[in-house]
Amino acid sequence: MAKKIMIVDPEKCTGCRNCELVCSVRHNGVSNPSLARIHVVKWDNPGIYIPMRCQQCEDAPCMAVCPKDAIYRNEELDSVSIDHDLCIGCKMCVAACPFGAMGWNPKRGRVYKCDLCHGDPQCVRFCDTKAVDYVETSKLCCDRMREAAENYADLTRRYAR
Amino acid sequence: MALSRKIAYIDLDRENIKLEPIPMEWRRKFMGGRGLDAYLLYHHTPGGCDPLGPDNVVIVSAGLLVGTLASSGSRTHIAAKSPLTNLLGSASMGGFFAPEMRWAGIDHFVIRGKANRPVYIYAHDGEIEIRDANHLWGCGVYDTQAMICKELGDQETQILCIGQAGENRVRFASVMSGRKDAAARTGMGAVLGSKNLKAIACRGTMEIEINRPEEALEYNQQAIDQVISSKASQSMQRWGTNFMFGITNTTGLVRTRNFQYNQLPNSENLEAENLDQYSIGMDACFGCQVHCRHRYVIKEGEYAGTYAMGPDFTTLGAFGAEVGCRSMDTVLVGNHLVNDYGIDTLEIGSMIGWAMELYEKGIITDKDTHGLKLEWGNDEAVIEMIKQIAFRKELGDILAEGPLRAAAKLGPESLKYLIQVKGMSNLHTDERAAPALALSVAVSSRGADHLRGMPAIDLYNLPIEVLERIYRSPDGYDGPLTNNFTEYEGKPRMVMWQELCYMAVESLGICKYHTVFLSPNHPAFTEFCRLIQLNTGLEFSEMDLWNCANRCYTIERLFNLREGMTRADDWLPDRYFDEATPLGLPGVRGKHIDRDKFKALVDEYYQLHEWDQEGFPTPELLKRLGISDLGSSLSK
Repeated sequence: MAKKIMIVDPEKCTGCRNCELVCSVRHNGVSNPSLARIHVVKWDNPGIYIPMRCQQCEDAPCMAVCPKDAIYRNEELDSVSIDHDLCIGCKMCVAACPFGAMGWNPKRGRVYKCDLCHGDPQCVRFCDTKAVDYVETSKLCCDRMREAAENYADLTRRYAR
Repeated sequence: MALSRKIAYIDLDRENIKLEPIPMEWRRKFMGGRGLDAYLLYHHTPGGCDPLGPDNVVIVSAGLLVGTLASSGSRTHIAAKSPLTNLLGSASMGGFFAPEMRWAGIDHFVIRGKANRPVYIYAHDGEIEIRDANHLWGCGVYDTQAMICKELGDQETQILCIGQAGENRVRFASVMSGRKDAAARTGMGAVLGSKNLKAIACRGTMEIEINRPEEALEYNQQAIDQVISSKASQSMQRWGTNFMFGITNTTGLVRTRNFQYNQLPNSENLEAENLDQYSIGMDACFGCQVHCRHRYVIKEGEYAGTYAMGPDFTTLGAFGAEVGCRSMDTVLVGNHLVNDYGIDTLEIGSMIGWAMELYEKGIITDKDTHGLKLEWGNDEAVIEMIKQIAFRKELGDILAEGPLRAAAKLGPESLKYLIQVKGMSNLHTDERAAPALALSVAVSSRGADHLRGMPAIDLYNLPIEVLERIYRSPDGYDGPLTNNFTEYEGKPRMVMWQELCYMAVESLGICKYHTVFLSPNHPAFTEFCRLIQLNTGLEFSEMDLWNCANRCYTIERLFNLREGMTRADDWLPDRYFDEATPLGLPGVRGKHIDRDKFKALVDEYYQLHEWDQEGFPTPELLKRLGISDLGSSLSK
């Protein structure tokens, strides 16, 4: 199966934060956005909503900074994963992540990040506008190209006959 | 756990704060949100108190399912004795405040007294402080929130606050959160203003434990699918409640020029589709997939470039049909102003429409308006009146007192043009052709209102089987039901059922667009029981929930009776009976409400509620609901 990536489209985001809710329930069994691995960053004037989460970087700063090689590339999901058996909880990764996507849960004494829900991200499942989506890369590009070409196609339809 | 949230009792006189747990017995009897608010209000407000005095108690609450996996669990409810009606004050809003309140550990704020200077309350992870708000006094809703976020250094803080209208004690001032979320009806903003309470800010990172997380996730998906598969929701996702304007206006159900017509011709500019050119996207409340509000930017004029949120169906009436205006720009500017000043859109639109009719009839003149031409369709006059009311200037100072007090000042002749019940104005809907809707407006526990018990689906003339599935459960009602909206038979049951359904919904803190309001296929008692069980662990049968809602609605009734309401207050303005609808489709044209038949409707409605002919709950009912102690202190 072709690999997928998680992609956000802020123009589709309605700011409902359901992604935060289902993420915290899925991973912690509780409703608590402060533990969610995704967060909708909002500007209230004008209303701009951008869902932020782990970018699963190719050259990941969290991975580079980890002194115990506890952060590794998960080939199956093409993601960045944590091996909690190796992790010593030094939080260097929390400091290194440029996106704020590595969190620290003081109650569990553990770092946490998006694990793509092992291939079935709940934030995507519950996002009805698909402002957060999990798609095959090739399809993503084709869809975007089609969207971008729509104007051209429209003009052609109208004037080319 | 969801059930471990606290009640914060705050006395602003002494700046005393006390946190107490919510007894499990209260959860079982009143759930939370509006239901528990009714109980708390009855007990903490002395009978006959001045709504704008320190003895009045204002309660801000989050419903039982807020913040949990119940889609749209976002609602904040506010209760107090109303300065508009002198009866029950009750208003709710969506947005993000209620969930943040719960993550901060609080389910109910019960606030009494009056601070000796402007203050705001800040709740953070179970701790509460009262902070100075001198620098915020005089600010609008948008600025107040931005300033509080800035001084607390946390952009995630959620804030409810009043604008200038609440400070000026406009009797229909709203309490606002975000750009648009408004607990607007019954003047709760004026109560906050009277207490020198500018705002409440919440920020929390405390978890709400979900009873059965995996199943709750799956069931949430099911409930969401149920909601967003309906045509009503799909229209709302695209256009918000504005989609209803075209349908209701074409049918002849839109109150126009105060109450002179039931349709606004040539109003294409007010159609929902026209909003597309202003919209930069839709906006949702917490956890909701219906995302029924536009984010928009005003294009032209004095307010060009201003960003705001909305409008909705109500606004199209308030600054459109009711005042005879046909400009979307006026609606968008009006919507922005009322949200920033913190005023009830619906009430202010009705007040301006009424004043325009008085001006037309010569009951008020240029002398009263200080030269302002209050003529139908005068867009500038509408915007000017919004400002005058918010800041209590000129004629606005009189209108800011609300329908009955303003009429007392403008003379008895003005009274008969008011479209109000219990001292509160009605929505811009015209119910003369729809007895069920008219009844819901007349008997509502907070005055003329469409969100207390309106069986809106009656307008769809649905197959009778659909109505039977809904309205015969859960208590096995076996009386009459009819599916033609112009008939009288069987309508009291629909109103009573909707009242209890909405009570359950507002006690759970979910949105009415997620229940049987605009679609017959949305969740109701059956689905609510499952949501409660999976999210909180509380076991409620459908009948438990029904009885719970009945108990809470009865307490609201008792509160109103205690504050002096009588059967005469469950009645419509004369114009509903004496003037027939001049416009609309054939089934709607030439209709008026029949007095005798309407009296019979009220009688039947009382019987269904087990209230006596004076509208007092019977001792048997109170005993069965376990609230005999509340009724015993009442005297007829």
